[in-house]
Amino acid sequence: MNNSKKKIAGLLLYVLFILVPIYWLLNMSFKHRDEVLSGLSLWPKNFTFDNYITIFTDPSWYMGYVNSLIYVFMNMAITLTVALPAAYAFSRYKFVGDKHLFFWLLTNRMAPPAVFLLPFFQLYSSVGLFDTHLAVALSHCLFSVPLAVWILEGFMSGVPREIDETAYIDGYSFHRFFIRIFLPMIRSGIGVTAFFSFLFSWVELLLARTLTSVDAKPIAAVMTRTISAEGVDWGLLAAAGVVTILPGLLVIWLVRNHVAKGFALGRV
Amino acid sequence: MNKVENNKAWFLVLPVFILVAFSAVIPLMTVVNYSVQDIFDQNNAYFVGVEWYREVLLDHRLQESLMRQFIYSFTVLAIEIPLGIAIALMMPTRGWMASLSLIVVAIPLLIPGNVVGTIWQIFGRADIGLFGWGLNSMGIDYNYAGNPVDAWITVVLMDVWHWTPLVALLCYSGLRAIPDAFYQAAAIDRASKWAVFRFIQLPRLKSVLVIGTLLRFMDSFMIYSEPFVLTGGGPGNSTTFLSQTLTKMAIGQFDLGPAAAFSLIYFLIVLLVSWLFFTTISEMDKDK
Repeated sequence: MNNSKKKIAGLLLYVLFILVPIYWLLNMSFKHRDEVLSGLSLWPKNFTFDNYITIFTDPSWYMGYVNSLIYVFMNMAITLTVALPAAYAFSRYKFVGDKHLFFWLLTNRMAPPAVFLLPFFQLYSSVGLFDTHLAVALSHCLFSVPLAVWILEGFMSGVPREIDETAYIDGYSFHRFFIRIFLPMIRSGIGVTAFFSFLFSWVELLLARTLTSVDAKPIAAVMTRTISAEGVDWGLLAAAGVVTILPGLLVIWLVRNHVAKGFALGRV
Repeated sequence: MNKVENNKAWFLVLPVFILVAFSAVIPLMTVVNYSVQDIFDQNNAYFVGVEWYREVLLDHRLQESLMRQFIYSFTVLAIEIPLGIAIALMMPTRGWMASLSLIVVAIPLLIPGNVVGTIWQIFGRADIGLFGWGLNSMGIDYNYAGNPVDAWITVVLMDVWHWTPLVALLCYSGLRAIPDAFYQAAAIDRASKWAVFRFIQLPRLKSVLVIGTLLRFMDSFMIYSEPFVLTGGGPGNSTTFLSQTLTKMAIGQFDLGPAAAFSLIYFLIVLLVSWLFFTTISEMDKDK
């Protein structure tokens, strides 16, 4: 009994460590600029939504979110489209160079994004993709596709191959089998993969910032650029931070049951 | 599982292959190309061999930033791995408390790096931050923007805040995979808490710990946005890590040759350390 109390106390301490900085961000986001600078208070004295209203009415702010969401979903769509058949191939067949290819894919996960900065910049500029959502989505594929193949392969290997064979005997073509039978069977795997490719693309700043200038500028870049402008409006910055956290929270809520499963397979 | 030998499977892999070739091989070849040439403009490029590599390896700024990077990566690993295991052991195993604690622990993972930087900026500043103000009012002189030691502490603390949950969640799922029979056997043998941890839980956690350590090493070695937002690499250069040094070189000063040579060295270091780590672990497996 004493022992489990100690555990709970330790966990509470850790949860506090996680939540207090976030609480402080929330607290700041509901304060006016003057109140932020006038002194510390644990709760906003003049509670205001002004910072949030600014973000949702000023295009230079909300377009940042729109841009980020566009390339994140593009990246998710591309990643899943190419990774699903590839993961199936890796989980079901032996073919020339399969192990090397798999390993090579994974080494891309180890590449520092900064290494690819310069060539990406020039590659996408030369094909006219600079400052488009597609450029960012494609560049993020470099990291999300290997991860997706890896996660999906784990889920697919969990499906017995007798199911494939039975379906073929029953006269299913590969396409119909794959879409009608196989995909529904690994939907939690698809959920986890979508979650991780969303997550990766949403939090990546370096490539997204370098490959865009005006039309596809992500929210992360909007936030870092406002820091240098005419002093810092901490309240506004905090509100922007809070809004940036929200999609992540929503996504983890949607896939909360699947994620535990994904972690359980040891594939992150 | 027995796999069927079938080379037609290549057709299924082809889209991934083309995509990754387009976004990894072509850029990497460009980097290799730049790293051995001195480029004035499109028509004036000279082959310079390993000149840029030598220059980069002898550059003090880069050596210092590499040292900082190693110290940083090993510091965060040394804190996050044990802390993550401890938290996973403390997390409740069933009931609403379990799902609630899972979600709370996962929150920092979902926050973009630049926002993590902003959070700690707002939390740590002496004038408006609870943390900075609290330390100062306790009589501890703390200013992450002016004092290199404070900047380091804040950057490390920020990383611990951001990434320990990953280790904790991995270990948590690893612990859940241990069958109850193991614990029952331990109870019959009257094993102590420590013995249960040392001989049942820790060995079972090995594979997730390998993944966790690798991921944390690679990601901390590539860290960019968090320190960039929090300290901008300062004060001075005290928290400028490799990615930021490289970005400054490549995009800021547009030193194509040295930046390219540096990029390749950077990539190779990550590959080498990961490979060393991986082979050491598998060798240890063989010995048993």
